[in-house]
Amino acid sequence: MIPLQSVAILFVALGALCVVLARDLVRQALLLSIYGFSLVVLFVVFQAPDVALSALVVSGIAYPVVLVGAIARVAAIRKRRPR
Amino acid sequence: MTRSMRIGLFLAGAAGVGFLLVWGVLDLPTFGHYAGPYGDIVSKLTEPQRHIANAVTAIVFDYRGFDTMGEELILFSAASAVAMLFRETREADTKDIVDAVRADAVNGLGVLAAIVTLLLAFDVVAHGFVTPGGGFQGGVVFAAAFVFVYFTCEYHAYLRLATTKFAEPLESFGAGSFVGLGMIAFAFGLAFMGNFIDYGVTGRIRSGGSAALVNWSSALAVAGGFMVIFSEYLKDNMAARYGRTKKVVQ
Repeated sequence: MIPLQSVAILFVALGALCVVLARDLVRQALLLSIYGFSLVVLFVVFQAPDVALSALVVSGIAYPVVLVGAIARVAAIRKRRPR
Repeated sequence: MTRSMRIGLFLAGAAGVGFLLVWGVLDLPTFGHYAGPYGDIVSKLTEPQRHIANAVTAIVFDYRGFDTMGEELILFSAASAVAMLFRETREADTKDIVDAVRADAVNGLGVLAAIVTLLLAFDVVAHGFVTPGGGFQGGVVFAAAFVFVYFTCEYHAYLRLATTKFAEPLESFGAGSFVGLGMIAFAFGLAFMGNFIDYGVTGRIRSGGSAALVNWSSALAVAGGFMVIFSEYLKDNMAARYGRTKKVVQ
């Protein structure tokens, strides 16, 4: 294993830990996107550019859009019906 | 359930998963020593057999084209399910919402990014059999270009560009032509998804034979599918933010 690969694996592990430990939903969604980028780096380092391309768009744009949209929706409903 | 019971249950589960994980990892081949013959065979055969330089897309759209058709239809049903889930809010309900970004620099840069992303999408799809990329990646990039317009310009502009009148037929046509291309092979007396045109020259855009057409049809299906999903989510999101939802979900 070359050093670059170990570093990439380390970043993915750290990113995943950050996502799990985050409590605020919006912050968690943003961290998930950053974690996705660390996965992209991992795929590039391990010579899988095809997978990296799909991961880049899905974790960079598609997933956060859907996630943040859902969070905003729930927040809007909560605002209307205060518990 | 008491706290100690839950912790006990967790420890038992974690011990089981941990044991299986360690057991599995111990038996893995050493790092970088790939043992399966399939990858080696495919990477040697794609060029002489199919005239495709990128072995990954050769598997996805040619050797395993039937599997990809299944994945394509999964995305199709996912997009249909999202559209059905959000059917309560109509496009007409959110049409008059003004949600503009009032900064010329952001607008300009966003439009530039959208155009560049759109070009990149065509590039990624067209060179799928030459360089990394292909129909799925290019399709998602295509749909993402429209999201730039929403983020940096206006919801109206996004609605006009990525209207469901355009996205839904695009998705259906892509998914339908994927299956249709597989069936056209029957007319030539071939198996499902067999190649029916010449393979072309390796390294050119038109290499790979009819798999290149499959590549393009999957690009249309993926682009349309993701555009439908984005539009539905954004529409529902705008309705929720501006209090246009007809019924509050209990």
